[in-house]
Amino acid sequence: MELADVPALLILAGIIAYAVLAGADFGAPIWAVTARGEESGRLKESGHRSMAPVWEANHVWLIFVLVVCWTAYPEVFGAIFSTLWIPLILACLGIIMRAIGYVAGGVTVSRSVTWLAAIASLLVPFALGAVIGALVAGNVPPGNAEGDIISSWLAPVPVMVGLLLVATSAYLAAVYLAADADRRGENDLAEAFGNRALLAGVVAGLLAVTGLVVLYFDARQFFDAMVSTNGHDNELGRLCVCASAIAGTATLWLLSIRRYGQARFVAAVAVAAIVVGWGLAQQPEVLPGLTIHEAAASNEVIIGLLVAVAIGLLVLIPSLYLLYGLVLGGRFDPLTVPPTEPARPGQELDGVGRPIVGTVLAVAAVGGLLLFTSDGGARLYLGLALFMAGLVSGIVLLARGLVRAEG
Amino acid sequence: MLDLVAAAGNFAFGPGNSFPTVDQDYLLQARQMQAMSFVMHVPLVCFGIAFPSLVIFMEWLGLRTGKAHFTAIARRWSKVMITLFAAGGVTGTLLSFELGMLWPGFMSAFGDVFGLAFGLEGFSFFIEAIFISIYVYSWEKLSPKKHILTGIPVIAAGITGSMMVIAVNAWMNNPSGFSIDQAGQVTDVKPFEALFANGHLWPQLTHMYIAAYIVVGFLIAGIYAFAWLKGRRGAYFRTALVVPLAVACLAAPAQLLIGDWAARTVADDQPIKLASFEGLDKTTEGAPETILGWYEPDGTIEYGIQIPKLLSLLAYHDPDATVQGLDTVPEDDLPPINVVRVAFQTMVGIGTGLAVLAAWFLWTWFRRRRLPRTKWFYRAVVLAGPAAVVALIAGWVTTEVGRQPWVVYGVMRTEQAVSGADGIVFGFGTLIAVYAVLVATVFWVLRRIARQPLPAEIAALEEVADGTG
Repeated sequence: MELADVPALLILAGIIAYAVLAGADFGAPIWAVTARGEESGRLKESGHRSMAPVWEANHVWLIFVLVVCWTAYPEVFGAIFSTLWIPLILACLGIIMRAIGYVAGGVTVSRSVTWLAAIASLLVPFALGAVIGALVAGNVPPGNAEGDIISSWLAPVPVMVGLLLVATSAYLAAVYLAADADRRGENDLAEAFGNRALLAGVVAGLLAVTGLVVLYFDARQFFDAMVSTNGHDNELGRLCVCASAIAGTATLWLLSIRRYGQARFVAAVAVAAIVVGWGLAQQPEVLPGLTIHEAAASNEVIIGLLVAVAIGLLVLIPSLYLLYGLVLGGRFDPLTVPPTEPARPGQELDGVGRPIVGTVLAVAAVGGLLLFTSDGGARLYLGLALFMAGLVSGIVLLARGLVRAEG
Repeated sequence: MLDLVAAAGNFAFGPGNSFPTVDQDYLLQARQMQAMSFVMHVPLVCFGIAFPSLVIFMEWLGLRTGKAHFTAIARRWSKVMITLFAAGGVTGTLLSFELGMLWPGFMSAFGDVFGLAFGLEGFSFFIEAIFISIYVYSWEKLSPKKHILTGIPVIAAGITGSMMVIAVNAWMNNPSGFSIDQAGQVTDVKPFEALFANGHLWPQLTHMYIAAYIVVGFLIAGIYAFAWLKGRRGAYFRTALVVPLAVACLAAPAQLLIGDWAARTVADDQPIKLASFEGLDKTTEGAPETILGWYEPDGTIEYGIQIPKLLSLLAYHDPDATVQGLDTVPEDDLPPINVVRVAFQTMVGIGTGLAVLAAWFLWTWFRRRRLPRTKWFYRAVVLAGPAAVVALIAGWVTTEVGRQPWVVYGVMRTEQAVSGADGIVFGFGTLIAVYAVLVATVFWVLRRIARQPLPAEIAALEEVADGTG
């Protein structure tokens, strides 16, 4: 492995995170629209309650994937986004529609909003799956819109991968929602989602098998790289495909014995393994005639990116841990007993003396003057710092004073 | 011409560069699609930057004084905040998709130069999304002290996120940190230098940051000024009016100073952009400032009001300074002058008007320790919010259209960046439809939030204050 491969691993990790986390966000509305009667309202509400606090954070993994791709492999990014702009804009429209569902879902549970979200749920996984399928089938040549903008993704392999992703996200959503309902002790709801998960899991499994057949006939080279032993040295890739199949089957078994909490993690493993299997088979040529090493940016850029990612992860991991800890620990679930807030005796706001106001004004004035009279260099930035410090303190003092008098 | 070549560093300026021009019949539509997506996104960005600190200040007031109406405002605003954040998140996603869908030439050539900044922006977005969720969903579920702390990362991430995006835009205006070799390939990329050692970063960032506080301050204040006009003047409504007003009324005058700095930076590094702001045809010593009017193809300004030497004074702080004219570069290298000039004058005009409104408020407060009593003040505040949004967008039109025909100033032209794919114009149509639904939903949800009843004990006090109880 070389430095040029490392960002590709980050991209794979990002895709896995997006698939196993955001995939469920997209699957949930499918279950909301297919339910009937009294059950339907509860399914909708439960789906919204589980996903609303986390969907936005889940969504950022997609941005992460894009950004690493365009920084580390700019040519690959340009080629994919120009040739495949139609499925990509469909995905984007779906993402916006899904967000509309969450935004409106906070104040209402209306039928049209749920339908909008459900359409988005079909659109986004399908379109993003078609993009991956187009790469698998080798339909995206390097360059600016060099591939056919229709037949590159409206072809057997991309369509197959798109359908597989729709089924997978519906499946993941049902498994997660079953686990959430189970945690809250809503057993009937957990079972309702559990049964749906079983159904979707079987469908996803059948689609995966069909997908292999389509690969065999339509993208033989990729099929060989991914699963066959002839002439390819991709032991790890084959291992991943097997692992995915085993984990998928194990999830179905866990669902049938109602171990929803464990099913959640094993289902995620099944999805992660197949993504890794795809990634390993999609090399050395990531686009026809362009290897990942040829596409990579210079080492200096990649090192810079890795430094940025390392700093980012240092902050991100504890934050995500906190968020998921609160969510999975049930801390955001509706309170059965509202807390009785002990009446805290507050203090009135103090008045602010003239010396303080004068100092703030003076700091801002000196800073402003330095800024106004400098053309650059330390004097200017000192002026900027003083001016901004004066401005921010001034705003706080003014707001306090106004609140003291008026609030 | 010499100045311009110097401004663009070592890069080929003009048609001599080696990036292929793309055959795209719909370049204008591609630009408009990008522009519309941006116009949708950037007011929401303002809320991402400025609103969290207002909400947290309100919560702090509630904690400090123990008075329920402060906390009630903070809770209601936090619902608005997460709604607008969601809309901002997805409209921003579309922008990042569009970078590739519309401008693959730009991304393929330069993605590695500035990509790092978007990486850090991505992490900022992560942190903001995580903590905004925790903040909004954990009222009453975390202790009050812990709860207010979860708001701090939201403010911090708002700063770092906008800084990273502005770093990229500043780089597009003043590119450095790479070389172009004999074969026309971008080499020798130094991403940190390109992004953070750029003299345009700080003026652009400060200008945008203060603009965000002006926009959010006046928009929120405008809503409660409207309520004031309708006779709702209890403590809840008065507080919700004066806090954003305090923010906007100090930020608006401050922006005059920061705007001056930003304009001087443009004068130094993008002289043709400055000449476009002003419609200055010929290089002039002691150049005049022309207000209003319309730039004619022969290089004159019809119907304008001319103030001698003011442009030299403003741009270089010297009434006799020489200002470079538009005729120093070929016509092919000029942006559409009237678009840039009208946008610039709109921004400056509205900005000055907002500063005058702020001065009125500050004067009344410092002299009389009370709010203005005339209804005209409150009417003006209601208008100030939308006007600030117009100024914000006009400002971005000024800088973005003013950079044309370049996507990377002096290095890559927009027609070399655009996608060669067919049918982009259909994508534009679909996008407009989906955005219409998004806007309608957001407004509808905000109305629903606004109509939710106040907590009973606050509502009772408000009714007494308004004389309706």
